[in-house]
Amino acid sequence: MRHTLSVVVENKPGVLTRVASLFARRGFNIDSLAVGETEDPTLSRMTIVVSADERALEQVTKQLYKLINVLKVQDLDPREMIDRELVLFKVNAPADRRAEIIEIANVFRAKIVDVGRASLTVEATGTSEKLAAMENLLRAYGIKELARTGKIALARGSRDA
Amino acid sequence: MKSTGAQAIVKSLQAEGVEVVFGYPGGVVLPLFDALYDADGIRTILTRHEQGATHAADAYARVSGRVGVVAVTSGPGAANTVTGIANAYMDSVPLVVITGQVATHVLGTDAFQETDITGITIPITKHNYLVDDAADIPEIMAEAFHIASTGRPGPVLIDVPVDMFRAEIAYRFPERISLPGYKPTVKGHVKQIKEAASLVSKARKPLLYIGGGVLASNAAKELKELAELMQLPVVTTLMGKGAFPEDHHLYTGMPGMHGGKFTNYAITETDLLFAIGVRFDDRVTGKLATFATKAKVVHVDIDPAEIGKNRGVDVPIVGDARSVIAGVIERLRKMNAQPRTDAWMRVIDDWRARFPFHYHASETSIMPEYVVERVRELTKDRPTIYCTEVGQNQMWACQYLRIREPRTWASSGGLGTMGFGLPAAIGAQLARPDHLVIDIAGDGSIQMNSQELATAVINKLPVKVVILNNGYLGMVRQWQELFYDRRYSSSTLPQDCPDFVKLAEAYGALGLRATTPAELDDALLRAFEHDGPAVVDVRVEREENVFPMVAPGGSIDEMLGGIPGGPVSEMLDGELLEEVWE
Ligand SMILES: Cc1ncc(C[n+]2csc(CCOP(=O)(O)OP(=O)(O)O)c2C)c(N)n1
Ligand SMILES: [Mg+2]
Repeated sequence: MRHTLSVVVENKPGVLTRVASLFARRGFNIDSLAVGETEDPTLSRMTIVVSADERALEQVTKQLYKLINVLKVQDLDPREMIDRELVLFKVNAPADRRAEIIEIANVFRAKIVDVGRASLTVEATGTSEKLAAMENLLRAYGIKELARTGKIALARGSRDA
Repeated sequence: MKSTGAQAIVKSLQAEGVEVVFGYPGGVVLPLFDALYDADGIRTILTRHEQGATHAADAYARVSGRVGVVAVTSGPGAANTVTGIANAYMDSVPLVVITGQVATHVLGTDAFQETDITGITIPITKHNYLVDDAADIPEIMAEAFHIASTGRPGPVLIDVPVDMFRAEIAYRFPERISLPGYKPTVKGHVKQIKEAASLVSKARKPLLYIGGGVLASNAAKELKELAELMQLPVVTTLMGKGAFPEDHHLYTGMPGMHGGKFTNYAITETDLLFAIGVRFDDRVTGKLATFATKAKVVHVDIDPAEIGKNRGVDVPIVGDARSVIAGVIERLRKMNAQPRTDAWMRVIDDWRARFPFHYHASETSIMPEYVVERVRELTKDRPTIYCTEVGQNQMWACQYLRIREPRTWASSGGLGTMGFGLPAAIGAQLARPDHLVIDIAGDGSIQMNSQELATAVINKLPVKVVILNNGYLGMVRQWQELFYDRRYSSSTLPQDCPDFVKLAEAYGALGLRATTPAELDDALLRAFEHDGPAVVDVRVEREENVFPMVAPGGSIDEMLGGIPGGPVSEMLDGELLEEVWE
């Protein structure tokens, strides 16, 4: 099962290393990890996507809590979270196919952010599913390069007290 | 008040009540050693190796119940502490290790003697720090002691660049510590405690499975009270030794790979495994799928991550052992619960009588088990702390000594570190100058830190090293005999190289040798009576094996060797069993 963990940590040097090495050492695979400052500059939020069964997830959560710099670990419920990822696709784009690619970008509400002689760079945000669908379509043109931020997520406002 | 960073560290140590620092100096840590030079109330013990310093601090902590402190230099000094830190981490021992580091402006440039010791020790410390602002030192020191000694104890490392030692700061010992991400749960959940008490009151074949956590929380008194109140048999792991008196009629031995057959039978047959401060280590459980399968499990631990890690649990209780046990006792008293383990104790007594540890005594050669027995008997009436090395010597010490008091046993459990015993004895002797301190050693292990004999002699620490000299890495040889077709690859050590008597004498310690059973008592007694450190080279039967033994990955009730006895299903007396079940 895939889980999206939202981990609030102290914004201090070395914390990312501690978290990443904990996953590696305890044999948990990270599918993606995104990290950045929160509304409080002394704190960072890590959004970590892991594939783990319930027991492994419980263990990794407990191990995370043992790190002194970790304040909060939430396993976000997929139905109760907002999640987004940003992807940049650099796609082969000979003159005669540009229109099609721009069309696809429009359908996904993506933006063309760079135009080269033989390529277009498309910026897309959305859920992993949407981005996967888009990647699938763009593959037909040849994706020269791809970069993604990894998923970030928050629990929905309706979940707040 | 103005101080340098180094002086601030010393003031913090004084504020924490530290009396002994184990260490070894070098370039970048000199400002700290300079501040230690005339520090009131702190004795600095110069070991002969940083590993020795770390193990000594570790055992000092185990025996005294206080935080062990280590100070070493950067690079090789820091790297030499790694084994010691890993050892303390595995056995949950509170340490504060202060390492010097190259100056901040050259950090990250592979400067002379630069090693990323915080990076290296992330997996083996409870927490670590790299000081990047000397003003933080008082706070970091206070946090380090707090983290090391509370919750599940463990080592904390503080890496201090040399310019941080030298910087001038305003020293104030912080009155409060703010660690928002660190709040160990001490009090157990009331509902869970009630549930545990209810299970204890109903169980017909309960068993207390006790580990180091009970010692860490100083809960031996409460444990004894609980066991006696409900007449519960008690097994203690290698780490739990001393938490319950081993001469008590409820004491049911050490479980696991080289534990008692009767102990492993009791675990296999119990209907309520009441586990406190243990971690279901594989050396205890053997094959997990067949471990205590008839039992409901109550698991008490201050570290939530241990609960359910290896074995599913019926009643998890996160909390401090002492407070939880007290809660369970209170509840049982309220319920007016009565012991109902009479028949179960008779089953256990029967097993204990039929399957004791045993060996074939000899009149001509010294059996290693006999040596441990004689050490036990000759120290029966005097306060003694027993340390061990690792290997067969350690297992025989587990089997044949009788540890009766908390904090009188120091053995490397989770890491199984050869070379632990001698520095451990030194740390233990510093913690308890009035006790006789004995290291039960192997000829292999002792050579891993024998340089610490100098530390013992120079600091007048009269530790006694009893070497079970079998001329082998005996435990390795035993596995090769049993599982590798007797191919003794790299496991033979000439019994007379080094000559341990001369080695002892070279350091100014007393060196003695026993080669026949008739000589043994005299050598041991002379060593114990000697007012300085002593080494007894005991030439033991070379190819004796530690039995009984659970084959690696096997079920714990199916043991090799020892007194013949099949799996527990065949070992139950029909009549007694009926009574237990009725
Ligand atoms: C530092 C270290 N290296 C290797 C081992 C593996 N090992 C476990 S027991 C043992 C043999 C110990 O020999 P000795 O000290 O003579 O004890 P004996 O088993 O003969 O009593 C070895 C090599 C270890 N536990 N620790
Ligand atoms: Mg040996």
